[in-house]
Amino acid sequence: MPHTPPAVDDILTALVERFGPVESSVYRGQTRVVIAAEPAFEAFSLLHSRGFDLLVDVSCVDYLEYKGAKQRYGLVYLLANTATNQRLTVRVFVDDPEPAVPSVVPLWEGANWLEREVWDLFGIRFEGHPDLRRLVMPEEFTAHPLRKDYPLQGRGERHNFPVITRDHS
Amino acid sequence: MSIAPAEFDATSRDAAARDEDYLWTLNFGPQHPATHTTLRLVLKLEGERVVDAMPEMGYLHSGFEKIGEHLTFNQYVTVTDRMNYISPIANNVAWHHAVEALLGLELTPRCKYIRTIVAELARISDHLLSNGAVGLDTGAFTFFLYAFYQREVIYDIFETLCGARFTNSYTRVGGVSQDFTPLVIEKIRTFVKTFPKTLDDMERLLTRNRIFVDRTKGVGVLTKDEAINRSASGPVARASGVTRDLRKDEPYLAYGDLDFKIACASAGDCYARYLVRMQEMRESLKIVAQALEHLPSGPVNVGSDQRTALPTKQQVYSSIEGTISHFELSMANRGFEVPFEESYAAIEAPNGELGFYIVGDGDDTAYRARCRPPSVLHFALFPFLIRGHTLSDVVAVLGSLNIIAAELDR
Amino acid sequence: MAVDNGPKLELPENVFVSKLDELASWCRKNSLWPMPFATACCGIELMATGAAKHDLARFGAEVFRFSPRQCDLMIVAGRVVMKMLPVLQRIWQQMHEPKWCISMGACASTGGVFDTYAVVQGIDRFIPVDMYVPGCPPRPEQLIQAIIDLQDKIQREGTITGREFDTAGRQARKRALVEIASPLSLDASRNPVLQRELAAAAEPAVRS
Repeated sequence: MPHTPPAVDDILTALVERFGPVESSVYRGQTRVVIAAEPAFEAFSLLHSRGFDLLVDVSCVDYLEYKGAKQRYGLVYLLANTATNQRLTVRVFVDDPEPAVPSVVPLWEGANWLEREVWDLFGIRFEGHPDLRRLVMPEEFTAHPLRKDYPLQGRGERHNFPVITRDHS
Repeated sequence: MSIAPAEFDATSRDAAARDEDYLWTLNFGPQHPATHTTLRLVLKLEGERVVDAMPEMGYLHSGFEKIGEHLTFNQYVTVTDRMNYISPIANNVAWHHAVEALLGLELTPRCKYIRTIVAELARISDHLLSNGAVGLDTGAFTFFLYAFYQREVIYDIFETLCGARFTNSYTRVGGVSQDFTPLVIEKIRTFVKTFPKTLDDMERLLTRNRIFVDRTKGVGVLTKDEAINRSASGPVARASGVTRDLRKDEPYLAYGDLDFKIACASAGDCYARYLVRMQEMRESLKIVAQALEHLPSGPVNVGSDQRTALPTKQQVYSSIEGTISHFELSMANRGFEVPFEESYAAIEAPNGELGFYIVGDGDDTAYRARCRPPSVLHFALFPFLIRGHTLSDVVAVLGSLNIIAAELDR
Repeated sequence: MAVDNGPKLELPENVFVSKLDELASWCRKNSLWPMPFATACCGIELMATGAAKHDLARFGAEVFRFSPRQCDLMIVAGRVVMKMLPVLQRIWQQMHEPKWCISMGACASTGGVFDTYAVVQGIDRFIPVDMYVPGCPPRPEQLIQAIIDLQDKIQREGTITGREFDTAGRQARKRALVEIASPLSLDASRNPVLQRELAAAAEPAVRS
């Protein structure tokens, strides 16, 4: 069993005081809170000022085929406090069309490439991101491959190149 | 439509570019020997001085996370091997650590120790290569050969252990594929005895070598605040004075029982990163030695009632539970039940915090298998570290960040 | 001297009579300069092959040069993805004739375990390949064997004018046919590229 990080009750209280009731749950010792997309930046500023100085990861889950899911995209922000080793998972849910959330790059510089990757693979726009370009796929690529409606083997892009034979060279 | 290599999109910096017409633009990679991997840098140079660097990645993006949604938890371990391919067994451990966190599975003590030992051996082999590569890039070829020879010894241990030199696929849900045999233990003991001498030799070769020190000291300085703000982890963060190490801060496997120290430095330059890695190898060796001496006996995999790890042959042939469990696990569309939940668990991989965020949806294939790769965040540091240094420092900084393309792009 | 008998030519012991083609091939095969196109895990085994324990130098192919202009053997070690393939083709075209290509490992040869949207399913779809090395990754011994086999091939088939490379007929569109025959083939109705390939494959290839 993994180690259980210290509790984050005071942070939850602060969030509730500021934004009203927030949905939170604990699974295997990990606390998750759900924040709406509009006040997300404000909430992240609050968390940042309350000691969550390390942004561990930004990623996304596409709940297209997931049982009981209400909204399609669920962003995952993993935060950690390097002084107290607290951890907090923040979920922000957005939906088609034009899914967008505020960028957290002004708070954590490390979010820069992580958000670019989410934009590349899921097509979620980060408002206020300084340089929102594709990160891993070629610039000419049009789809967002980690979405659930994109097939594993792609749509034939990988065969779309000129063939060089011995005669060419 | 033909897909050309993605050109650097200069539109956002067009205005600045016109003012900087006198600057050189140098393309570095994606197929360049000094990058050691497939990544690309577009450098803006003023004479020899690097004014700016635009890193570009994705030249090895193979859709690991998409495959993770189509392979079962036990199958996907073969793919994690190919993620950070200079310490594959640490990725195996990280993946199944995350899966077991999702399932809430408690490992047997022997399995915890075995995984600790192999993960630390993987750390040694990673640091050997990354420090060796820094040496190679700054002109110390002998150092690299010393390092690579010791890697072969570790390969040999892993080959004896599980039959594969370095794509080991060693772990399984709730256990490992092979138990330690006396021969493996003997080989690890020999390695623990002989390796410090080589490490001393390597230190003598490079640590106070004037050329090496001049080329790495004060180059690519990362301060503590920046390291945290830019999400650095592992040796890169620890060389900048961040004391975070999951082995101590969130003890997993057997690390809570073992006595070891966390190597830290405060300078934050390439030389500090080199020193931290050298010291970490010594600490890892201590961990391996202790864990080997205190290796608990007993079963290595969780019991057949858990229905996650394959039972031993003896159980299969002699007990009905074993037979059923073996059948359920080997048949397609049987497998084990996974909760409709999601969790994140990370280990301190050689390169930094390597974690997986797994979403379970009932069957034994992940709905989403997000990997938190340390290399991406370290590569994003690169322009910040290199600005103001010379072109020849590019390889030193790249080497000391230890960027592995397969983990970078996945 | 009588013309009909001819002079009895006395050769010293260290002189051999051979064909020019064989002489050229002999020179070429023993001075292969590999260009390591190492992308992924196989690259580490490639490094291991060149390093102390396995020592590729014993077989005359250890002069790794990173400039394609200086090389005549490309070793593609590791998977090649969409973003990388144009680079691979560019580097292949930069190499001078005569040149050979070893596809090292399952990923470079077939895509391996990575049957995904981004990975090219075998580099031989897009550049010519002379030797395939199985394994994921292949052991250094396997790579050495592949180089020895390639040397044999060069000795056997090589000509000084490079006639053996005139292989227009051999480079048929076999990959597309494999794709069609496979039950896992992509949905052609949604794939204009595949439709074109299907159409091209349906026509009997007319080649001289």
